[in-house]
Amino acid sequence: MISFGPTEEQELVRNTLRDFAAQVLRPAARAADEASELPAGFLDQVWELGLTATQLPSAVGGGGEARAPITNALILEELAHGDAALAVAAAAPSAFAFAIADHGTADQKQRLLPRFCGPKFAAGAVAWIEPSPVFDPLALATVAEQKGDKFVLSGKKRFVVMGDRAEELLVVARNDSAAKSGFTALEAFIVPRTAAGLAIGEREKLLGMKALPAVSVTLDKVELPAASRLGGERGCDARRLLASGRAASAALLTGLSRAVMEYAIPYAKDRHAFGEAIAQKQAIAFTLADMRIETDAMRFLGWKAASALERGVDATREAAQAFAYDAEKAVKIADEGVQVLGGHGFIREHPVEMWYRHARTLSVLDTVAAL
Amino acid sequence: MIDFTLSERDQRVLDYVRSESLVARKYARHYDENEQEFPPDALPEANDFPGVFSLMGKQGPGDTGPVSLGLLIAAAQTWGDYSVRMRRGGGGGLGNAALSASGTAEQKQRWGGMLLAMAITEPGCGSDPSLVQTSAVLDEKTNEWVLNGEKIFVTTGCRAEGAVVWATLDRKAGRAGIKSFLVPKTAPGFIVAHKEKKLGIRADDTAAYVFKDCRIPRDHLLGGREEIPKGESGGFRDVMKTFNMTRPATAAFGLGIARAALDFTREQLEAAGADLAYGAGLHGKSAAADRFHRLEALHEAAMLTVLHASWMSENGKHNNLEASISKAKGGSAVREITQGCIDLLGPLGVSREHLVEKWFRDVRITDIYEGTGQIQRLIIARTIIDYDRTQLK
Repeated sequence: MISFGPTEEQELVRNTLRDFAAQVLRPAARAADEASELPAGFLDQVWELGLTATQLPSAVGGGGEARAPITNALILEELAHGDAALAVAAAAPSAFAFAIADHGTADQKQRLLPRFCGPKFAAGAVAWIEPSPVFDPLALATVAEQKGDKFVLSGKKRFVVMGDRAEELLVVARNDSAAKSGFTALEAFIVPRTAAGLAIGEREKLLGMKALPAVSVTLDKVELPAASRLGGERGCDARRLLASGRAASAALLTGLSRAVMEYAIPYAKDRHAFGEAIAQKQAIAFTLADMRIETDAMRFLGWKAASALERGVDATREAAQAFAYDAEKAVKIADEGVQVLGGHGFIREHPVEMWYRHARTLSVLDTVAAL
Repeated sequence: MIDFTLSERDQRVLDYVRSESLVARKYARHYDENEQEFPPDALPEANDFPGVFSLMGKQGPGDTGPVSLGLLIAAAQTWGDYSVRMRRGGGGGLGNAALSASGTAEQKQRWGGMLLAMAITEPGCGSDPSLVQTSAVLDEKTNEWVLNGEKIFVTTGCRAEGAVVWATLDRKAGRAGIKSFLVPKTAPGFIVAHKEKKLGIRADDTAAYVFKDCRIPRDHLLGGREEIPKGESGGFRDVMKTFNMTRPATAAFGLGIARAALDFTREQLEAAGADLAYGAGLHGKSAAADRFHRLEALHEAAMLTVLHASWMSENGKHNNLEASISKAKGGSAVREITQGCIDLLGPLGVSREHLVEKWFRDVRITDIYEGTGQIQRLIIARTIIDYDRTQLK
């Protein structure tokens, strides 16, 4: 049944997150960006919402609710409407924990998930992106070599969100015995930050999303027991892992774009030129109309991918479409937002230049969050 | 609940419509190149096909709502060929949409079974129908309206049995003076002047009308309200409501054709060895595959805005804004998609041995009729900025 109506419960969650984003994320965003630091106490404040624990099994201390990618898409849109950098920080534990919940063995869940159900913030990190300028998520240079009952991982990772504080990293690598690229070659490994050969590198210095702690990671012949492979012997569903990341990015990009639009409209009504508000001129009004058209389209593509994930079917196509489309339009919308504000779009007193940097940054990151 | 799955019933209906559409596709080239001919109401190969509505049955739990499914059906029909629209019998014209939106119960009963065209555009007015010059004068002696004027670009105008005609009771009254009239072809003074020659959708007949002292009974005024309201827009707003139903449909027509172009392009490229699998990033696929994926995403994006507008309508939500969003998005998407498919196919795309060049011509009207993309943006902008028509012209 084709339906665009969130459930009552989803509406409730959405409204709660909308308020939270307006009260907590938006007011703190500029200072966090300028300082390249998360606001003090921010992660603990988000933790109280239980975004991760709610959807983890009760056997590990979680809320026991079904995994809900559609609800998560609504949540991420609202958080990113507050601020995209803080939204990704807020969602980072879920990126790790949901991967364990969806793909992990019973032992892996029992060992790793209780931490995400406790009262104190727990960091999680996913290491997928690599430094090569021709990086492709399906063709990794990081290799996992099977040696007896051990795996040996070598390679370099970048933009590892929360990699500076997570106790374990989920490292995506290419199985040495498989093809050079493609989903079948991909494996994920749970790597303790204390593992010999693992080096946490410098904090990334980014164009946008500056408040987000992200680091580079080097793996030099890191030896792992076979049980470290996500999903054990059967491995993980790499298609789902990637689709979940891309659909999450689509939701974040939608929220960010909506923020730009909702800021540009009142500005254009307030700003006068040649005897009328600039919003009264079609050149500006049509730009705003296009922002509305595209944020709707972006949201629905993301929902469609989330819906496929929620039903447990292959979402590769839907998620790829949502991410590619939303990435392109988010940059375009933020770009036009700067243009509508003119000189003020370039001045750091307004958030629009920050959102432009956020959009350009987030739109190349498709594995930093999860639904 | 947010859901995009098609039930077994939905899927069965759409599969059926597509198989019927393929019959129409066999005739597509012929009626494109022989514009003077009219495709028959029933194609011989499709005689055994039952009406689609008999297959739909009742909407069960999990089935898609009637408006949304109707638009998916429309897209599946134009996927075969736009001329399938020509095969609609009574009740399927644009004038019928106006009748069901604004007609009295008695009018709906009496006219509902006829194929009604919609005659708005004139040689001197298109996007701004408040400039309508065709006049309607009441002859109190005979209790008849007397119509005089010219109408152009009347969709299905040749084959329609009658038309909903926009005419003014008082030119000085502007928009408020405009009324719609139900005019049967049999009315004296109703002249079908000619069939228009077009870039595309040539099988869909488009007529020009002349009304020369055309007389119709007094009760043929659509909706029955004769007075000119004092307010700025009056009955005009009522008439414009029609578009909330037809705009998403128009986008769906175009998107059905664009889908045909995408399907043909994928088929040809894959047969030639191209890898169009989804998943890889920019550096893991060819430029052609990336381009194709973007066109498919654009199609999906546009179709979702259409289904959003129809979902709102079937749930009793006011969808003026969403109808315009879907029309604006659909209108520009189908242009870009068919242009892009020709890029990907090269000479194959422009050869008249295949239908892509025809689809490229056929979809171009999508961004023009039922309100151009610019008009849609004007409506969207006024709504989101909260301006009236004097604040944003």
